Amino acid sequence: MNTFVQRFAESSATKQILAGNASVVEDDDFSDAAWGSEAGFGSLAKGVPSFMIPSVPDPASFLRLHTDDHADPSCRIKIQHGTTTLAFRFQGGVIVAVDSRATAGSYVASGTVKKVIEINPYLLGTMAGGAADCQYWETYLGMHCRLHELRNRERISVSAASKYLSNLVYSYKGMGLSMGTMICGWDKTGPAVFYVDSDGTRLKGDLFSVGSGSTFAYGVLDQGYRWDLTDAEAQELGRRSIYAAGHRDAFSGNTCNLYHVKENGWEFIGNYDITSLHYDGPGNVAGSPGHGYGYELRVEGHSASNPPPEVAQAITAEA
Amino acid sequence: MPDMAALAHPQQRQFNPYSENGGTILAIAGADFSVIAGDTRQSEGYSIQTRYAPKVFRLTDRAVLAVNGFAADGNMFVKKVKQRLEWYRHAHAKDMPLRAIARLIQTMLYARRFFPYYVYNILGGIEEDGTGAVYSFDPVGSYEREACRAAGAASSLVQPFLDNQIYFKNQRPAAGTSHPAHLPLPTVLSIVIDSFTSATERHIEVGDGLEMYVVLAKGRTLQGLEGIRGMQELTATEDGERVFIVRRDLKRD
Repeated sequence: MNTFVQRFAESSATKQILAGNASVVEDDDFSDAAWGSEAGFGSLAKGVPSFMIPSVPDPASFLRLHTDDHADPSCRIKIQHGTTTLAFRFQGGVIVAVDSRATAGSYVASGTVKKVIEINPYLLGTMAGGAADCQYWETYLGMHCRLHELRNRERISVSAASKYLSNLVYSYKGMGLSMGTMICGWDKTGPAVFYVDSDGTRLKGDLFSVGSGSTFAYGVLDQGYRWDLTDAEAQELGRRSIYAAGHRDAFSGNTCNLYHVKENGWEFIGNYDITSLHYDGPGNVAGSPGHGYGYELRVEGHSASNPPPEVAQAITAEA
Repeated sequence: MPDMAALAHPQQRQFNPYSENGGTILAIAGADFSVIAGDTRQSEGYSIQTRYAPKVFRLTDRAVLAVNGFAADGNMFVKKVKQRLEWYRHAHAKDMPLRAIARLIQTMLYARRFFPYYVYNILGGIEEDGTGAVYSFDPVGSYEREACRAAGAASSLVQPFLDNQIYFKNQRPAAGTSHPAHLPLPTVLSIVIDSFTSATERHIEVGDGLEMYVVLAKGRTLQGLEGIRGMQELTATEDGERVFIVRRDLKRD
């Protein structure tokens, strides 16, 4: 029965597997173009890039055996995980905010990851899940967005771009891709955010957060979100939400990267150290509260363990 | 007659083409230079296969690639990168720029997304604008430009040391002073040597020999490098970027 279903439910990716199994193919049958500048990524001559697939009965489980570090922490190839990313639509455009930590198991592999992928001057993608999957396919998406411009003499809509990506990853469903991304931009319809993941889900919405720290970010985001937020308020909300996730989720942290998509394309607002946000706040920027986000500030002088100065004095005098 | 007793039990087989060959690599970028280093021990489990297996390779006059992880995959990968760079040279009559090599490595790694090369790559060299650069990659091709990066067996020992000495993490400058934005080459070389001698002390898979490649930007003088013991120039002319190698012994136990 399974083989029967498989025969009629094959995607282009499973076709590749079958082709890979049929004969042991040399992985790099380069066209003549490989001698010139068209080699590699830029070569769209062959359509979708080709991938080498191990000649085993089930390539997906082969990959899982060697790369999935959730099921088996001792496996060799560690793919970076753990993230908080968010994006929301409001009156002034789209705010995109992400953390910058990459973890391999419990090791902090990097604290300076760029999780916002600048697809082109008016489209942003976020990175959650496999870092390489997001980087590669969103760059690839950028190439196709440019081709769309050249062919149609107008910019691609955010909806079309996100659908291009979701159809692409859907054709690889079950093969082990891992990505949860938000495609953000501004087109004829105004500001737009689409959530796309490697299961094939594609959702249009006002507000999304993705990653292990998303629950913490949603807590702050939902509480402070309004459509008529000012630019400064919206930027502060994005920053504050990523801070909350960085503070409470061990797999998120280090720094926060903040972007604002406006009518004429995106703008990079800044990079904020999460520890500095805790103690000193974001500094002299739009929307800054002028002090640290940490709750020590707010509870100072309000609890028995941290009493008001006059009570503290009385206690010391008594002793 | 087949062994009926063995056939009676279920058997499981699996395809395991990967191995781990130890060692550590590291790269640091300066303002107008880049240092890429690796130890030369190759081991499998507790036994040392060889005391001299290079992990750092010169690609062009301004790009050096360090490869760590599974040695067979690593050597094959370097071979294929070099082939693509040679094709580029024949097509364009110049060397591929560093940032283009970085992107090439991403696509080459990602082409094996479903059958990965088990290798961690660090690419170091000089960018077209004359600045020193380091790019680090994961096995399936995600990459990032950084100022310094350690990878391999002792990366978790070396990287925190680098964070402290290069990025000045958790350090506060003395009153009235500030941390330098870029470190001078002699300082960087001492940090690299110290990293490897210390990693050799505390990690069993690191040792035997150390190879440090130094790439200097065009027009940069050797200042401070003349006296370095065991240094050898790999480039023929002095009018472009220059590549040097410094070899040192590490403990062999």
